[in-house]
Amino acid sequence: METENLFFRIFKDRLFKLVVIVFSFASSLPLLFILFYIFKNGIAVINWQFLTQLPKPVGEVGGGISNAIVGTAILIILSSICSIPLGICTGIYLSEHRTGKLSYAVRLCVEILQGMPSIVIGIIAYMWIVMPLRTFSAFSGGIALAIMMLPIIVRSTEETLKLIPDSLKEASLALGVPYYKTILKVIVPAGLSGIVTAVIISIARVAGETAPLLFTAFGNPFMNVNISKPVNALPLLIFNYAASPYPEWHALAWGASLVLAVFVLTLNFFAKMMTKKWKVQF
Amino acid sequence: MYNTGQSAVKKTGFQLLPPAETVFRGFLYGAAVCMILLLVGIFLTLLVYSFPSIREFGLRFLYGKTWDPVTEEFGTLPILIGTIITSFLSLAISIPFSLSLSIYLGEYSTKGTVASLLQGAIELLAGIPSIIYGFWGLFILVPIVRSIETALGVPPLGVGIFASSLVLSIMIIPYSASLGREVIRLVPDELKEAAYSLGATRFEVIRKIILPYVISGITAGNLLSLGRAIGETMAVTMVIGNANFIPTSIFAPANTMASVIANEFTEATGTLYVSSLIETGLLLFIVTMIINMVGKQIIKKMSVQV
Repeated sequence: METENLFFRIFKDRLFKLVVIVFSFASSLPLLFILFYIFKNGIAVINWQFLTQLPKPVGEVGGGISNAIVGTAILIILSSICSIPLGICTGIYLSEHRTGKLSYAVRLCVEILQGMPSIVIGIIAYMWIVMPLRTFSAFSGGIALAIMMLPIIVRSTEETLKLIPDSLKEASLALGVPYYKTILKVIVPAGLSGIVTAVIISIARVAGETAPLLFTAFGNPFMNVNISKPVNALPLLIFNYAASPYPEWHALAWGASLVLAVFVLTLNFFAKMMTKKWKVQF
Repeated sequence: MYNTGQSAVKKTGFQLLPPAETVFRGFLYGAAVCMILLLVGIFLTLLVYSFPSIREFGLRFLYGKTWDPVTEEFGTLPILIGTIITSFLSLAISIPFSLSLSIYLGEYSTKGTVASLLQGAIELLAGIPSIIYGFWGLFILVPIVRSIETALGVPPLGVGIFASSLVLSIMIIPYSASLGREVIRLVPDELKEAAYSLGATRFEVIRKIILPYVISGITAGNLLSLGRAIGETMAVTMVIGNANFIPTSIFAPANTMASVIANEFTEATGTLYVSSLIETGLLLFIVTMIINMVGKQIIKKMSVQV
């Protein structure tokens, strides 16, 4: 370093900063690109009919994606029912038992589940539910999505409840409140905002998942609210229509992409606002 | 007073409490055990259903060069090579960007409007569903790749390894960038100030102090991104071209472990075909699990150290 002169060192410093800034801002370009194209192509097809009608056969103008919107709603409700109670209970267990062999094993399992490729979860739901029942169904899709939601809810519930000071629990126990009431009426309400945020984030994550639904919910061109029959979902509709050769269907897929992107990004935005506003603080 | 209070608890509370208490504790315990059962169940299911293919092909499954449903010959070598090239190429493309982002947001500009705008953009990028990346890639990126290929004089297919690596790299930048930013912020100020006081420029501080300090964290972030890239299904399936041959160039169509399952699982007939696809799923599961565990272990060690 002694041999380098000051001018050269400062020049390298400036150059490095420039390179870092250029690369940093270049990586946000794809976002602009993606949002631009989704809005440009999506906004053209979105109107009231698009949201309330069923898809029309090839060749006919118009048609909508109401079946996919309803299907996605059904899938989210099903997976929430399956995963939220189980996830929160496990989260409470882990925050109450911070050490111990079982907690260690459970944490490991949850971590592995979180990193599991979504397509593998699709295979599992197919093997567990579609094969025995001999039909693709909304129910199996809901289970697949529930497996994806579980680890997110468990981890965040645990992390949130760990932040709540022991003194709060001790105060409640000292008043003679039984343990289960202390958990349900003191600890959980204190961490409620964190838990709700986790649920919102997990819903945002699974709403756009396609891979677990390919062999479970399968897709359906008609309206269906029966959970033992295949349903359509927004991501499935985008996948199927994008692969088709018809421009009308491509247009529908752009519209569906816009609806899905706005839905997911809004949920993420809400989750972020909640963390900022009602952060668990003591 | 004290005594009556105690006996009141004994009379009303204590007799009623145990059932509710036990039930509640039982619930929590049961939920926790469920997680273990779920994972073990998943693993066993994959293992049991891939057994026909394991018995038929054995290790040949890993180095067999043909994947042919017609002759029922299933070797995953072309798919494994496709997976490795796609994921590592996407990682290589993403590293300059994610590293720059980590340095910029972790060191140069930690607060302020520009930083929070950039941060917001990265978070949005992480939140976009993968199907939308795939759809956008297929309709916008693939034509661009096709014109590049025409210019280079290779067959202008558009779809293929290069296109999917591009899409994947966009998808994984946010993950390694946000982790990198966090570890760079963990570098103690005293270290940096000591270097500045000796007359080092900012570039020298970053290169000689910050980067050596966080290199394991950055590596872990990139490992986790690699795990995501390997397991990512939809975006890849839509733009990789689905060809079960050993790819001859980075522009050739190929298949990854995830995309071959997504494409062929519903159409697979015959036990051996289905079971080969499930064995591919099992492989994918094990590979991503190992990569994730190593990455997370490194991060845990780092946060203990700091």
